[in-house]
Amino acid sequence: MHALRKHIHPGWLIIAPLLVLVVALYLGPILNILWLSVTDPEPGFGNYAKLGESDALLRILWTTVRICIITTMFSVTLGYSIAYAMVHCHQRQKNYMLTLLLVSFWISILVRTFSWLMLLGRKGLVNVTLEDIGLIAEPIAFMRNEFGVLIGMIHYMIPYAVLPLLVSMQALDKRVMDASSNLGATGAQTFWRIYLPLTTPGLVASTLLVFILSLGFYVTPAVLGGGKVLMVAEYISVQLLVTLKWGTAAMLAALMLFGVLAMLWIMSRFMKLSTVFGGAAR
Amino acid sequence: MKVGLFSLFNRVGAWVLLLFLVTPALIAIPVSLTPKRFLSMPSGELSLRHFQKLFTSEEWLSSFFQSGVIAISTSVLATTLGTLCAIGLWRVSSKYSELVRAFLLLPLIIPQIISAMAFYRLWIPLGLLDSYVGLILAHTILAAPMVLITVSASLATFDPKLEQASKNLGASNWTTMRMVILPSIKPGVFAGALFAFILSWDEIVVTLFISKFSVYTLPRRMWNGIRENTDPTVAAAAVVLIAITFIAFVIFAIQSRRNASNNAT
Repeated sequence: MHALRKHIHPGWLIIAPLLVLVVALYLGPILNILWLSVTDPEPGFGNYAKLGESDALLRILWTTVRICIITTMFSVTLGYSIAYAMVHCHQRQKNYMLTLLLVSFWISILVRTFSWLMLLGRKGLVNVTLEDIGLIAEPIAFMRNEFGVLIGMIHYMIPYAVLPLLVSMQALDKRVMDASSNLGATGAQTFWRIYLPLTTPGLVASTLLVFILSLGFYVTPAVLGGGKVLMVAEYISVQLLVTLKWGTAAMLAALMLFGVLAMLWIMSRFMKLSTVFGGAAR
Repeated sequence: MKVGLFSLFNRVGAWVLLLFLVTPALIAIPVSLTPKRFLSMPSGELSLRHFQKLFTSEEWLSSFFQSGVIAISTSVLATTLGTLCAIGLWRVSSKYSELVRAFLLLPLIIPQIISAMAFYRLWIPLGLLDSYVGLILAHTILAAPMVLITVSASLATFDPKLEQASKNLGASNWTTMRMVILPSIKPGVFAGALFAFILSWDEIVVTLFISKFSVYTLPRRMWNGIRENTDPTVAAAAVVLIAITFIAFVIFAIQSRRNASNNAT
């Protein structure tokens, strides 16, 4: 015992409870799911082969990837604008902006989805208002299509996009920009040639974070898509809870998991992961 | 720095965007005040009947209660495990401990649907489906990484010499932890506990998979209401949730301001 204690740092004793819990109750079943993807209903890569055979599966994957890409593009661009404004204004104004950002971060996803339902529905506030002022005769379909899903998702993802960008912009040395303008560069030149490249780590982190979070998004697509926009997460839930086909669901989960891990690996090369999450938690 | 036209334009745009982030949620307030029996905007007359229904309906009240029990248990459990683990990782600080840290953060970033699948898969043979224990364990695993992050952030500013001094003065490991380390990382522990509570209180995806009848949390009931899309009681519940978020936020803001001023003096 004494010899063992010398080799193992006593700190591990208090790490162990959580570690054991996560390994046993989380890692275990995830590995089991990966295993299922090549064994259920029969051993082999049959589940993966379905990707080549089934148009429906491919369509779902393509819808998911497309929606994630569009969501990421909008969230990161708009997030960049917010982060830029926050870094370049007075402390007091910045605090107000941060408050709004965090409040939106904290409002329940269900409340937000419900609100979009009330705003965008056929008899929602937006349609009713537009009809009242005579701009439209028929209600516009904002929901039960990709448009509704995108609005809901972008709205949810913007705060996640802002936080890593904020971290990266705050760490910049302002003197570099001063040097650039002293050397005669215009504002636009300084921005495109100096500022934007220097914030690349933040941009990469923010892009990947939003993309990863969008990939597995369930609530908003299920409600605002109204069954018309089927994404991977909803498809998995139908497979498990309704048709009880673990194999296909496990295969999709495995694809998603490997995708996420690959992106995390890329992200870790640009920014310390704890910084990204640390920003997200604060 | 001179503010250029572009910067000014961008700043206005940023404000508009930030308002766009917050204001849509407020529509729940008028909808919850409609006197009608279906989801609608009130025209003229206002009524509190849906709030009355919310606070007298046995179903909704039991959901509030269940969510409260699960969120508080999750918060206590995740904060205890997460804080211990963060202190352990901080004291070991080796290549391996950093690997373990990265691994323990995974539940935060792995898509919720995959986590839901994993818990569902394991809870079936363990008989934990549709039980308090099942939900609390699942939520604890999802929430502990939050605590790990906030406590680790506090530990990063803690001076290790204080620990050394305490030990040199003859304090045991346990006394040092209780009297020296814990008081200095209190803000991180507090923030972690709050985040863990909110995560559990709000959690829907995993809950949808591993609960059915006997445990019916608030998000679960709201989810049903949203899918049925008729009963305005959901709007009243949404308003209550917004109010709770707001109160939690104010507590958090006051607390962190107090910490900031403590550090300053």
